[in-house]
Amino acid sequence: MMATRPDPAGLYHPAMPATWWLRKRSYFLFMLRELSSVFIAGFLVVLLLQIAQISSGEDARAAFSAMLRSPGWILFHGVALAFAVYHSVTWFYTTSIVMPLRVRGRELPRWLFTALNIGAWAGVSLVILILYLALPASA
Amino acid sequence: MNGRKTLEPLWWGLFSAGGVVAAFLVPIHIVITGIAVPLGWLPDAQEIYRHWPVRLYLFILIALPLYHWAHRFQFALSDMGMRGIHKPLAVLCYGAALLGTVIAGWILLRL
Amino acid sequence: MSERTITLDVTRYRPHQEAVPTVQSYAIPFPDDWVVLDALNHIKDQVDGSLSYRWSCRMGVCGSCGMMVNGEPKLSCAVFLRDYFPRAIRVEPLSNFPVIRDLVIDMSGFLDKLKSVKPWIIREQEKPLSEGEYLQSPRELDAYQHFSQCINCMLCYAACPVFGLDSGFVGPAAIALGYRYNLDSRDHGTAERREVLGDHEGIWQCTFVGECSVVCPKHVDPAAAIQRVKVDTAKDWILSLVMPWGQR
Ligand code: SF4
Ligand code: FES
Repeated sequence: MMATRPDPAGLYHPAMPATWWLRKRSYFLFMLRELSSVFIAGFLVVLLLQIAQISSGEDARAAFSAMLRSPGWILFHGVALAFAVYHSVTWFYTTSIVMPLRVRGRELPRWLFTALNIGAWAGVSLVILILYLALPASA
Repeated sequence: MNGRKTLEPLWWGLFSAGGVVAAFLVPIHIVITGIAVPLGWLPDAQEIYRHWPVRLYLFILIALPLYHWAHRFQFALSDMGMRGIHKPLAVLCYGAALLGTVIAGWILLRL
Repeated sequence: MSERTITLDVTRYRPHQEAVPTVQSYAIPFPDDWVVLDALNHIKDQVDGSLSYRWSCRMGVCGSCGMMVNGEPKLSCAVFLRDYFPRAIRVEPLSNFPVIRDLVIDMSGFLDKLKSVKPWIIREQEKPLSEGEYLQSPRELDAYQHFSQCINCMLCYAACPVFGLDSGFVGPAAIALGYRYNLDSRDHGTAERREVLGDHEGIWQCTFVGECSVVCPKHVDPAAAIQRVKVDTAKDWILSLVMPWGQR
């Protein structure tokens, strides 16, 4: 059975403006979530460039470190951190929807799954921080 | 498997892996190298980057979120009115992520 | 009970008479227990018989009365006027769909999509009738039950920007329905459905905005269904790389 089709000549086709994501709070938050990836990638590129300086000698390395001390770069990293944290929280929440944890056949509540992940994230961050401080001594 | 051959499962898989890495690992690294070290709260310990396990870790840390970026960015652009050029946008973004992977690997190997 | 008067700004569109929709305002006295649909019925019966819209059950089960109420996709039989009073209510046809007339949208594309995901049980081999019915345990029923509660109201499509940008997107309700059959213990049709679900116009276009699940009146959670189809499809894709011989 084919769906009955109305007279195509009489149809009004609404068009979605390119600014649709500015029209509703949830759409805007969605777009922020997507664009967080830009700041995360941007930070990683800066990190990679910084690492690359190591093989370019002490002067290049010191110059790069000095650059990162400028207020502009601190501001950039502050903004990037805000976006990265927003990514983490939204990622954990969406993961609780995509791959729910099942305990005895029942899905764990999403808030609980998210909270567990945030706890694990805090733990991982602490371990990285400790390693960062401990590794140079053992080098 | 029938259905059209498409690489979308691959890109989506890399996007997901990158999203996980970004969610768990990136914020603390921004805190350390982007804020705490420049402000003098933590010592500058760049010599640890030469450890081999650290290099492998850095490779994962840097390369995977590039695919996360490529995936989301090309969709965001086409959602913001660039649907007509979605295909070239995708090629450009995923291509940039691949290039970034190669560059990261090369830099980390030659440290 | 005292009657109050509320203003409804209703979208009108008369094909072949006007190129774009216009707005018509109606001031409607209403008792406390009226929903938006009651006000529309009042308009049609007492004020302006030319107003067109769809409805049937008045109790949130038929799925035909979906409209934009103050910009949100709603079942108009389920939203009370008193919750909007004293402000005016904007009533528009569901977003993202072509409009036939006034509040009536063209759902033929949606019906095609529903059919395209093969929403029926596909067996590799049918049992003969003499062997009886296909049994299912409560847990097997649990696996898909809430994905089977859809009433085809299309509110999720009206909330979905991806569908708004590309009407070819198979979309939330249809993908959730296909997934419901994939999850059914009696079904063997996952690979067959992949042709539609696993396409760019199927799951891969979805960017997980998540609004479909927010607006769904039956808590079907189509966003979850779509993402889980992505996971299953990606897993099978990897499997087909490492074990190309293992595929049906
Ligand atoms: S999934 Fe929910 S919102 Fe979408 S058509 Fe079905 S009942 Fe309506
Ligand atoms: S009239 Fe049936 S769902 Fe509203």
